[in-house]
Amino acid sequence: MPRTTPFHSRTSALCSSQSWQEWSGFLSANMYELDHIHEYNAVRISCGLFDISPLYKYAIRGRDACGLLDRVVTRDVSKCRVGKAMYTTWCDDDGKIIDDGTIARLGEQHYRLTAAIPTLTWLQDNALGFDVQIEDMSEQLGGLSIQGPSSRGVLGAISDADLAGLPYFGVLEGKVAGVPAQISRTGYTGDLGYEIFVAPGDAETVWDAVTEAGQSYALRPAGNVALEMARIEAGLLLIDADFTSAKQTMFEVQKSTPYELGLGWTVKLGKEHFLGQEALRREHARGPAKATVGLEIDIQALEKVFARFAMPLHLPYTAWNDSVPLYSDEEGREHVGKATSGTWSPILKKYVVIGRVAAAQGRVGTRLRMEVRVEGERFTVPATVVQMPFFDPPRKKA
Amino acid sequence: MSQEYDAIVIGGGHNGLTCAAYLAKSGRKTLVLERRHVLGGAAVSEEIYPGFTFTVCSYVVSLLRPEVIQELELAKHGLQLLPLDSAFAPMENGDYFANYADAAATREEIRRHSERDAENYFKFGQLMYEMAYAVKPIIGMVPPDPAGPGVRGLRDMRDLFKHIHGLGKHTFHDLTKVMTMSVADFLEEYFEADIVKALFALNGIIGTKLGPKSPGTAYVLLHHYMGELDGAFTAWGGQRGGTGGVSEAIASAARHHGAEIRTSAPVAQVIVKNGKAVGVALENGDEIRGKTVVSAADPRVTFRTLVDEKELPSDLVTAIDNFKFRGSSGKVNLALDALPKFTAMKDPSLISGMMEICPSMDYLERAYDDAAYGGFSKRPYMDIIIPSTVDPTMAPPGKHVMSIFVQYASYDMPEHGTRDQQRDDFGNAVIDTLTEFAPNLKDIILHKQVLTPWDLEQEIGLAEGNIFAGELTLDQLFFARPAPGVADYRTPIRNYYQCGSGTHPGGGITGGPGRLGALEILRDKA
Repeated sequence: MPRTTPFHSRTSALCSSQSWQEWSGFLSANMYELDHIHEYNAVRISCGLFDISPLYKYAIRGRDACGLLDRVVTRDVSKCRVGKAMYTTWCDDDGKIIDDGTIARLGEQHYRLTAAIPTLTWLQDNALGFDVQIEDMSEQLGGLSIQGPSSRGVLGAISDADLAGLPYFGVLEGKVAGVPAQISRTGYTGDLGYEIFVAPGDAETVWDAVTEAGQSYALRPAGNVALEMARIEAGLLLIDADFTSAKQTMFEVQKSTPYELGLGWTVKLGKEHFLGQEALRREHARGPAKATVGLEIDIQALEKVFARFAMPLHLPYTAWNDSVPLYSDEEGREHVGKATSGTWSPILKKYVVIGRVAAAQGRVGTRLRMEVRVEGERFTVPATVVQMPFFDPPRKKA
Repeated sequence: MSQEYDAIVIGGGHNGLTCAAYLAKSGRKTLVLERRHVLGGAAVSEEIYPGFTFTVCSYVVSLLRPEVIQELELAKHGLQLLPLDSAFAPMENGDYFANYADAAATREEIRRHSERDAENYFKFGQLMYEMAYAVKPIIGMVPPDPAGPGVRGLRDMRDLFKHIHGLGKHTFHDLTKVMTMSVADFLEEYFEADIVKALFALNGIIGTKLGPKSPGTAYVLLHHYMGELDGAFTAWGGQRGGTGGVSEAIASAARHHGAEIRTSAPVAQVIVKNGKAVGVALENGDEIRGKTVVSAADPRVTFRTLVDEKELPSDLVTAIDNFKFRGSSGKVNLALDALPKFTAMKDPSLISGMMEICPSMDYLERAYDDAAYGGFSKRPYMDIIIPSTVDPTMAPPGKHVMSIFVQYASYDMPEHGTRDQQRDDFGNAVIDTLTEFAPNLKDIILHKQVLTPWDLEQEIGLAEGNIFAGELTLDQLFFARPAPGVADYRTPIRNYYQCGSGTHPGGGITGGPGRLGALEILRDKA
């Protein structure tokens, strides 16, 4: 039986579609209405409210807190000032990615790490000799994410925190609806947005305040279906979709490295010893074998495929996660990689796809072909490598 | 006459801008001249009351051609469409009927009114979908002139018949019905519940001075179903910041490609020498030379105001004089202090969709009867949206803007005194009727903007206030729009072209006339 989050009394009352999925052992709403599109639009036009409580959260405190994190993750945590957060990956000894997440520095010797998979033991096992206390906060913090252009208005209406002064990837502790909260300007949508973490006992108070203030800002509760579309537009990778954790697969072929995932910028080879450093250094020297790319699908070509069956164009109105062949030629003889997720982007009016290809095929402008199936027949359509993120509005950082 | 442009586009409405964007994209030195201080024509957003953005005229988007969106990369230039996918229609008995984005939800809602209609709803939806697919090539093609010289017209007609024929005989037969029937009779074949028919009939009468029982209205219904949003036929949406945002996005694309756009630059006349357009004269006396002149104005302005009639064949002059504008609708825009409360609205989510005052078929027909000989409906049909419920940029936090499209309203309202009195009487009839369904309305109005058909003509330049720049009746469509022989965007005056909604594929925010007009110009001037 999946458990429920501290916001469940509120989310379940609103979830008229009764469409839920399991997320880290918790029930998580896919969409609140029968159709996801209002929720998607809210994220891009006004704001969407997500319950992100199922994220794994760890508090790392003590003299060596920074040292431990620097040992485990690929970013240079010593560069993270108090009041800032950083996105990072972490790898095994072979330099294969285990997970990605965010480190927030809440105090001089106090960090919060969020993760998609359980990471407590991994931290503890690597903490030998470090003067740190590691606490699993996963069930001590309920989390909400308010994402979209009007998110600042909503949060500003119920919080005394200096939101105008909070930069992108800034973090602070303040009050929301009169209760203590950790507030960070982060999210998984590539838009202006905030994540707030509060004690489970305060969760309903905070939800009620957010939704009431949200009425003046066209806020809508939103679920995983809308989030999936937004994160693809933002070019943000998803575990179990665009990559597999090295800790959760036995097969080498399913593992990948930060370089192959386009996350090489999170790997700071010059810092002191960290897990996977040697392997990553070698890979960096010889160059990664694969590249993660954004692809734009030619929808006029796709329309022609449908027209062969006297059918109108059909676009993927929700995100898909799959393993779809990518080729360098129209006939589909030269296989060069796989597309891992994709969606029609209503805001960009484009069909956008994330894929992993042989490094030589990863340059922006490279014209590939993606397999599509219509009525059980296989075709290929042009897929052009483009810069990611697909969607990157100035307001995200402004 | 110092500068010379490759092309001068008269009118910065969305079609003029579209045409300019395509011309500029092809490397033509292009100038757009707009009479008003703002761009957009009828697709315009203005801050009429401080802090409140009104979608002054045109308020929804669906017919915007996907090829225009893609080819001009409008999303990159600010196009942001939000689906408006539910419709709420309160009834006089306190009940209501709603139409949802989700087909199953709609079917269940119809079931409350008629079991039989609920089953037929799928059949009807499928039919409209088929029709939209069948006519899709028509809206994307330059109307062929079947009687004209050369093989192009015949070839295009053959391709078109081949396409429609290929869809099967049922589609062909249904298409014939749609082209000729009244929307009331057409719906009768599928539905029995009056309120269901009334709601579905609306798209058959919008912008048209015909009642639901008048033949020809079934086509208008189809015209509104031809729209597609993200590949989904029959879907409607609004633009973030109002429909002016669509015009702004197109203008941005045009500028990106190098077009120059001037506002507050009314054109008095097209300068014609030896049967050739050579430039334009502005109202301020300035003259600007252009190798090509394109009018995005309606056919009356294009042929009767901007050029001397001696430059045109007399049969064309007669045809344009007989072209029917006959505005049938007005607009009331409200700034609201709070949300209106519709007595019959049991599902609060419906407030973010469309609200339709069409409680019965007879109500609609009666509304038409009221205005058939001038004046306006005592209790009019209204098509309402409150865009601020989904787009907080439209109004201050907690406040709202309400866009009310009102039908029927005639260009002439002789029984209502001066134009100012007419506007007041019309606005009051609208507010009074709507208050019957949303009793708190009068208490929450902060500001009211009322536009009669006459105002639409004066303010926006729509002849007789017709929102489509000419009625969408069969005799004024395809190769007869605006008149036989001039449906291919050319005119009898060399280098003078048309690209407004008075040409194929007609009114609505489609960009179709602008695009097709530009492509024909580029064909001639290759």
